[in-house]
Amino acid sequence: MASPKLQAEHIHTAFMRDGKSMPVLQDINLEVADGEFVCLLGPSGCGKSTLLSTMAGFLSPSSGEIKIDGQVVRGPDPRRIFVFQERGVFPWLTVEGNIAFGLFRLDEAERKKRVAHYVKMVGLEGFEKAYPAALSGGMKQRLEVARALAVNPDMLFLDEPFGALDSITRLTMRGELLRIWEAERKTIIFVTHDIDEAVQLSDRVVLLSARPATIQQIVHIDIPHPRDISSARYLELRDGIFKQIGLAHRL
Amino acid sequence: MSSLAEPKKWERFFWPLLACAIFVSLWHYSVLWTATKVFPSPRDVEKGIAELIHKQVLWRDIIDSLRRVAFGFGAAVVAGIPLGLTLGWYPAANQVVNPLLQILRPISPIAWIPVAIILLGVGDHAATFLIFLGAFFPIVVASVDGVSNVPSMFRLAGRNFGLGPIRLLTRVIFPAALPKMIVGLRIALGIAWLVVVAAEMVAVDSGLGYLVIDSRNSGKRYDLVVAAMLIIGLIGLALDLAFRRLERLRSVRWGFRHES
Repeated sequence: MASPKLQAEHIHTAFMRDGKSMPVLQDINLEVADGEFVCLLGPSGCGKSTLLSTMAGFLSPSSGEIKIDGQVVRGPDPRRIFVFQERGVFPWLTVEGNIAFGLFRLDEAERKKRVAHYVKMVGLEGFEKAYPAALSGGMKQRLEVARALAVNPDMLFLDEPFGALDSITRLTMRGELLRIWEAERKTIIFVTHDIDEAVQLSDRVVLLSARPATIQQIVHIDIPHPRDISSARYLELRDGIFKQIGLAHRL
Repeated sequence: MSSLAEPKKWERFFWPLLACAIFVSLWHYSVLWTATKVFPSPRDVEKGIAELIHKQVLWRDIIDSLRRVAFGFGAAVVAGIPLGLTLGWYPAANQVVNPLLQILRPISPIAWIPVAIILLGVGDHAATFLIFLGAFFPIVVASVDGVSNVPSMFRLAGRNFGLGPIRLLTRVIFPAALPKMIVGLRIALGIAWLVVVAAEMVAVDSGLGYLVIDSRNSGKRYDLVVAAMLIIGLIGLALDLAFRRLERLRSVRWGFRHES
């Protein structure tokens, strides 16, 4: 791998609970290449969101370092934007206002151009003046992605971004995200507990164990996009992950 | 009338008016049947209002009361919002100051009247000070509450986009806390209107509160007392309705129930 975009080196994190130290992350080592799409997959509560927040600079690890472009991460940075579930959009700003939120350093003309570009990219034309309360869950999620992309970051951290959406919208949103990723080639780190989602989207799936999280396995998804989700290879990879996590194929 | 059905337009006015009409007729017949010589009937009060309007002092009294509320409430806004934002922003400072606030808050502004008169003398300043006290605490408490309840997600997103402390405060914390603060301001304005009447009964010789007490003292004109009471009620209602319009502003509407 050429010099990696992101390196996690011996990340340990522990939270204090009732006076006792609870390990959450245990010796996480990971390298992510520039432009790569990586999913962090693991059971609920395993610490994958903690790992993502640490990468984004919102949390400091108890020991170990996150390096991005060779530099140790010391806090959040507009070059890498964290996308929450749809509730992260600002309800007091319109669609335009939300997308322009991070653009306060640009002049008026450039700001307008960017806003118009990303309104179009996420398909919110006609809703520029609408407030988030008037948008559906999927539209709010697209708005948040547009707000993130507008500042032209080189990385996106997505924390179960489609978790609160209905299954049909979720499928469409996955397609949208892949389309945007192919157009803009950002490095994307995506947290999910949905095996299908991970295999459909990513170049590599990082399997995390239950708490305290360790990396169990890293699965390369060697299927070109657009992916046929009924192909033998897809099913093989998916079932491999099912087995690895220890889920039986019966309910 | 089902509680789920949207009331028809005429119904929204008809039923409240009917309730008022029933109240007035109950009042009318109570006065009639008890044959009281002291308490005025609705008809007497109506004449009283006409007399007040005719004498022209009414407008001066209304303007004086509104002016005192404007200054007292305005000062409470100017002092209370920055203090509330600061305390909400620095929880450590809040922990130090909050117990003191909680002790001062339940003291009725009426109890401050003697202190206000010693400090500021009988006059406008004392009345304005009492209104300030009544409005100040609810504004501070609502601002602290608003800021400390801003979802951490909004703060993190703000920091992620590279906002410094000032921008974070003005572009994220303040707008996110604004709906709660507006509720606090509305409560404070209601209290200010309650307090002005009480303050004017003691500390000054103009205003609607003075009108009530003066009508009683100079000739037991209970028709004018009740007339002034009604005017106080109507102006209070008008102030509240005007303030409610603020809640409909698009940038704060998300924080209230009537969303969409």
